[in-house]
This record gives sequence, structure tokens and C-alpha cells, in this order.
Amino acid sequence: MDTFSGLLHGFEVAFTPINLMWSLLGVTLGTAIGVLPGIGPALTIALLLPVTYHLDPTAAFIIFGGIYYGAMYGSSTTSILLNVPGETGSIVTAIDGHMMAKKGRAAAALATAAIGSFVAGTIATVGLSFLSPIMVKIALLFGPAEYFSLMILAFVTVSALLGSSILRGMSALFIGLAIGLIGIDTQTGQARFTFGLLPLLDGVDVVVVAVGLFALGEAFHVAFREARRPEELSRVVGSLWMSRSDWARSWKPWLRGTALGFPLGSLPAGGTEIPTFLSYLLEKRLSKKPEEFGQGAIEAVAGPEAANNAAVAGVLVPLLSFGLPTSATAAILLAAFQQYGIQPGPLLFSSNSTLVWALIASLYLGNLMLLVLNLPLVGLWARLLLIPRPLLYGGILVLSMLGVYSLNNSVFDLWLLLGIGLLGFAMRQFEYPVAPLVVGLILGPMAEEQFRRAYAIAQGDVSVFFTHPISASLLAIAAACVIGPYLLRRRGVSIG
Amino acid sequence: MTNLTRRQALKTGAALAALATAGGLLMPGAALAALDALTVVAPAKPGGGWDQTARSMQEVFQTTGIVKAVQVENVAGAGGTVGLAQFANRKGDASAVLVGGLVMLGAILTNKSPVSFKDVTPLARLTGEYEVIVVPAASELKSMGDLAAKLKADAGSVSWGGGSAGGTDHILAGLIAKAAGADVTKLNYVAFSGGGEALAAIVGGHVTCGVSGLGEFEAQIKAGELRALAISSGERLPGLDAPTLKESGLDVELANWRAVFGAGELADADKAALLDAVDQMVKSDAWKQTLATKGWMDTYLAGDAFAAYLSEEEARVTTVLKEIGLVS
Repeated sequence: MDTFSGLLHGFEVAFTPINLMWSLLGVTLGTAIGVLPGIGPALTIALLLPVTYHLDPTAAFIIFGGIYYGAMYGSSTTSILLNVPGETGSIVTAIDGHMMAKKGRAAAALATAAIGSFVAGTIATVGLSFLSPIMVKIALLFGPAEYFSLMILAFVTVSALLGSSILRGMSALFIGLAIGLIGIDTQTGQARFTFGLLPLLDGVDVVVVAVGLFALGEAFHVAFREARRPEELSRVVGSLWMSRSDWARSWKPWLRGTALGFPLGSLPAGGTEIPTFLSYLLEKRLSKKPEEFGQGAIEAVAGPEAANNAAVAGVLVPLLSFGLPTSATAAILLAAFQQYGIQPGPLLFSSNSTLVWALIASLYLGNLMLLVLNLPLVGLWARLLLIPRPLLYGGILVLSMLGVYSLNNSVFDLWLLLGIGLLGFAMRQFEYPVAPLVVGLILGPMAEEQFRRAYAIAQGDVSVFFTHPISASLLAIAAACVIGPYLLRRRGVSIG
Repeated sequence: MTNLTRRQALKTGAALAALATAGGLLMPGAALAALDALTVVAPAKPGGGWDQTARSMQEVFQTTGIVKAVQVENVAGAGGTVGLAQFANRKGDASAVLVGGLVMLGAILTNKSPVSFKDVTPLARLTGEYEVIVVPAASELKSMGDLAAKLKADAGSVSWGGGSAGGTDHILAGLIAKAAGADVTKLNYVAFSGGGEALAAIVGGHVTCGVSGLGEFEAQIKAGELRALAISSGERLPGLDAPTLKESGLDVELANWRAVFGAGELADADKAALLDAVDQMVKSDAWKQTLATKGWMDTYLAGDAFAAYLSEEEARVTTVLKEIGLVS
């Protein structure tokens, strides 16, 4: 079927009142679970599978699509307001987003995140409709060597997050890399640094670390400071809407974030984190005021949020057009397709075109619904910050513990969270940036895994990283990102 | 029990409202049997094979009324050994069963797990899935014989893409290399964490061949993206144009089996009751229907016969993992 007529037909199906209601249910549920760290879309969809089995497939997938997109919205809301990233894709958003909220610009941060997500989600869904076959061909060109080089490029992000002291920033990075080593080594199945503790065999969950460092560390820091001196008054909610300059500073990052997020999200090992890192790096490099990054720059919220949502749509590309599940959520969606006896893959668009196009059409709709649902609430959400601090931070602690416990139902994780919270507190006290730690923790294990795969496949020949053209180009870009600013500075050009 | 109920409630948290509205559809049927309540422990995150097995058991137990109330508890981690270790503490407790399988056997050995299948009561093998060996459509390897010859000439030159280290895919790669007369210590196995990532590496030609459950590759084999060289079953499978490993001159047969276990030190009456419940479940139409939709093979083997099978598998897997060098 022709793409246009397919899509039109999809909208016909999605626009029936009952399907609109399913979509609304999905996005609402998705937003709710996105707020809680730990409960992600994958878990929710898995739990709903036995229930939705009794619905017709189109309705079920409209709900799932809504949950999937909604979770990303919910997650960015808590990242900005409470410094509690609900999903790994919103970790970068928390860095500057929460800074903006503290400076009374919560509403603007939430608005740029919501609109950016809408713009990115819509463009990426268009991409999903029209570019899927090409994207899959490109994605298959990426093997372990290419992924390793991509991760090296993403590592350069750390340079944008270092803060004032290179030594402190690098220390944080290496603590992250060290924590990333904990657990079973994927290539040999051997346990590393687990100290005989069973719960550590699967490694330390990124969400536990991010929530511990950001939310708990901050809560302890505030409690410690406040006990000694009264709080400074900086909690003005400010204008509820984005100012003209906010718009001017947001629209390009939205588009650039989308351009990064969609293709990287559609790579089988791309994920949602790497595009958000790269978007942050790119925005800081392009910004005229790089010194604002880390202090609440709106570009640092707009870009990564768009990248995150575009990547989320990108993940559906290999799933629908190739039957390739590339994230936990995609794997559950694949299981859901199979439950209905449908096999996603090259033949899906012809064999079940009504379902696929209805799903894609409902993603457009879900996106619109999320915007309508979220924008009017921005002002209300922002007022959350007017809650007296002891109550607000008490609430954050409860939310964090509940979310982390729900991750594995493990009390051990709670102790771990507490320990990492104390680490985060200490890092704040001694002015170590926490973001490089999270980058190291996320990228370190991925980069090691891909390096060792590439190394094994090439039977120990490291030249693969330079002889594969894509890999070599990525490494060259990474090198340019690191060396470039110094060279330019030498020549007297001022650049971030 | 209250403790478990609370835990379950917490986990389902946000999904609860939706579950409640649709809950009417899942009402258990008339109670016919002795068991009132049962917890099925899935030692993995929601969505995987063990979780799906546990949830299918839940559904069949409840709709047929064999057990009145069933809940699934996910205790994920380390190839199922985290769940196994927790389950091993329930000595003599007949109110819960554990789902497990061949992957767990490999994980017990590679993780040097302090608990093993000796700490639980094997009840029955339920399902199985055969493994298929594939190459990208453009590969110069046309048959399993070609692959075996390449392996024998230089085992390191064949990179295998598959699931986690020490898991079923890795074990089969080791068994094949051994049967082909290749140097097993040089086996070049590249572990991928998710099925999708392995699939992309294989289709993209980044590894020489791939090994995984038939379900993982079936769509791409049908679409002509991948060529199936051989299947690990005893007989050819309907609908798949590939010879068995035995036909290809390699004396290997392997199924990724999934089974259900009771707690350790079960009283004889409790064990009999659980075996009876499982037996009723396996023989129900609802279970057969589930197997058909999921594409699982019925490999039902219960009680002592299963226990004997388990110790045979243990011996075979231990030998091959030692040869690969994963277990010392």
C-alpha cells in the first residue's frame, strides 16, 4: 500500500471515538509511570499484556504507543522539577532543567521540554512513516567497531560537563567507569567486583545511581545547608510562559536534537541516552554563552529532550520494519505482536497494514494529546516548587525510594541508593560535578562490550576501528571535538 | 502471603487501575482442585521466556480453576540465579513454584552460584525451543558442512553471534565445535545482550554465523535475509527448510528447555499435589492453545524422569563449559 493512503486509512481507524479513548488512556498511564523512576514503559506493557489480550490488536497497540510516548513526558517533568529522572533518557534533562527550576524558570523549562518533545516526536513519526526501509539499511552497517567509535564520540560529552576543574570532573568520570565494571562480564560470564553479593551480579542499575546522585544527594545537601542557615529566596515561579528569547533559543535545539535522536535511536544499539549526550555537547559547542550550561541553559533542556523523544520513535523503525527489538520496551512490544500471531518484519507493512498504520497514526495523535495534556499543567506543576522545602524534599525521598524499590523489588537496591545518595552529597559538598559520573556509568560498559566484540571478531586486530569507514569518520569527529576548540582558541577565535 | 501481596501491589502500582477495570475478564473459573493459592516465581524481568512461561501458567491455572489464585513474582538477575537463591530459602514451602531452564543451569556454573538445582525440587520440564544456526543470505557458507570444515580448519576464524555467555547459544556453539573436531578452546563466541542486537550483527554480516532459538530468527529466515544451516532438534521441523545437526554429520541435539521447580525439602504430599496441578495444567486445552500461539514445543517430562534428565544435562553442560574455559 502506498504510504500516504496507508496513513490516511490509519487516521480513519485511529480517529474513532473508542480508539481516541484508548489513546488517552495510554498517554495518561504512560505519563503516570514516567514520573516514577523504576517503573518504565517496558514493565507496564508487560503487566498489561494479559489484560489487553482480550482487546483487539489495534486498540492494544494504540494503548502501548501512548504509554511509550507518555512515559518520556512524565519522566522529563520529574527530572526538571524534582531532579529525579524517571528514565535514563531524561538524565541529561535534569542537569540544566532542574537548575532552571531552581532559578524560578520551571515553567519555561517544562514548556520547552513539552513542545520540543512534541516537535521531535512528530517529525520522528513522519520519519518512521516514510524513511523506515532506508534507516534499517543504514543501521545494519553498524557493527561492534562502529558502535565503539560512536561511544567514543559520546564520551566527548564529558568535556562539556566537566565544570570548573578538569581534575574533579575526570575523577567523577572514573568513579562512574569503576561502578560500571561491577557485575557479570558479558563476554565471559564471569563476575567482577561483586564481593560475593548476589544482587550485584547484574551490575548497578543506572536509574539507582542517577536518582541517588541527583535526587538524594541534593536532598541531603539542602538539609545540611538549611540546618545551618536560612534558605535564600530564589524560588520565584516567574513567568508561566516561554519568553520571546526562550523561543528563539529553543527552536534550533529542538530540530538539531531531532536530527540526532531519530537516526541514533533507530540503530540497534543506539538507545536513547547517547543522542541526549551528543545533543548536550552539540548545543554547548554551538552556544554563544557556553558558560550558562550547567547553570540552567534552556538549550540544554530543549535539545536533549527533543533528542530523547526522537530516539524513542526511532526505536520503532527497526522493530516495525525489520522485527528487530532494540530496547527493553521494543522487546515487549515484539512479544505483544507475537501474542496476536503477528510477526513484525519486512512483511508487516503489507500483511497487517491496517494495524501498523493505525499504530503510527495514533502516535501522531498521542503526541498531540500529550502536548494538550501537559502544557496547561505546566503552571500547576511549577507551583510544586512552592511547597515548603522540608515537605518537598521529604516527598522526593519517598518518590525516589518507591521508584527504586519497584525496579527489582530489592531492599538491597534501597541501601545502594542510600549509599550513592551519600556519595552524591559528598560530591556536592566538595564541588565535584555528578553528571560525568553518570556518563561514565552509562557509556563505560557499553563501550567496553563493543570494543571486546569488535576485537574478538577481528581476532585481535585493533586496526578495524580505523579501516572501517564509518568507524574512522566517527573517531575523526570525536578527535575534532576534543582538539578543535584548542586549535581555534590558539588562533584567537573565541568558541566554547 | 501478605508480604507478597503487598510487594505485588507496589510493583503493579500505576498499572493497577487499568488492571482492575479489565479484571473482570480474568475471573478464575470454578474451583475444582485442592490448591487455593500459588505464587509462580519468574527469575527474570517481565517479558522474557521465563516470565512469559510464568504468566502463561498463571492464566491457565486460573482459567481452568486448577488453582484459585495465582500470582507471578519477578525476581530478576544473573541468569536466574538471583531468583533461585531467594527461592532456595523457602524450604518445605508448597505455596510457590519457580520457573527455570537450561540457561539457569549454565548460569549456576559460570556464576559459581552458591545454590543449585540440588536446593530445589525438580517438578517437570514443560516446554522447549530448538536452536537454529544461521548465516547472512550473502554468506559463502552454504551448508552446515561448510561451517564445520571452516571451524575445523581454524576455530577462531568463525565468529558466532548469540545470547549471553554460558547460555544455551554459547553451549550449543561449544558442542558443535567439539563435534566438528575443532579446537574448542579457540571458540570465538561473541555474546550479545539483547536478541535484537545479535540479530542486527548477524544480518549485517558483522559476525560469521548466528546461533539462537528458532523464534528469534524465524521471520528473517522466511524473508530470505538469513539462511538456516541446521536445527538442533532430533528430527526436521515442519515449515523450516533446514537439516538437523545429526544429518549434517554433527552428533549434537539440544533444546532450550524450560521447567518448573518446587521448594527444597518438600513433604511428599505437597510434592504430589504440585505435580498433580502441573499435570492437569499441561493436559488442559488452554495450555495446548498457549503453546500453539507462543510457538513452544511441548516437552512435558515430570517427576523422577525429569530429575534424571536434569542430572544428565548438568553433566553434559559442565563438560562443555569447562572445555570452552568458562568454568574451571
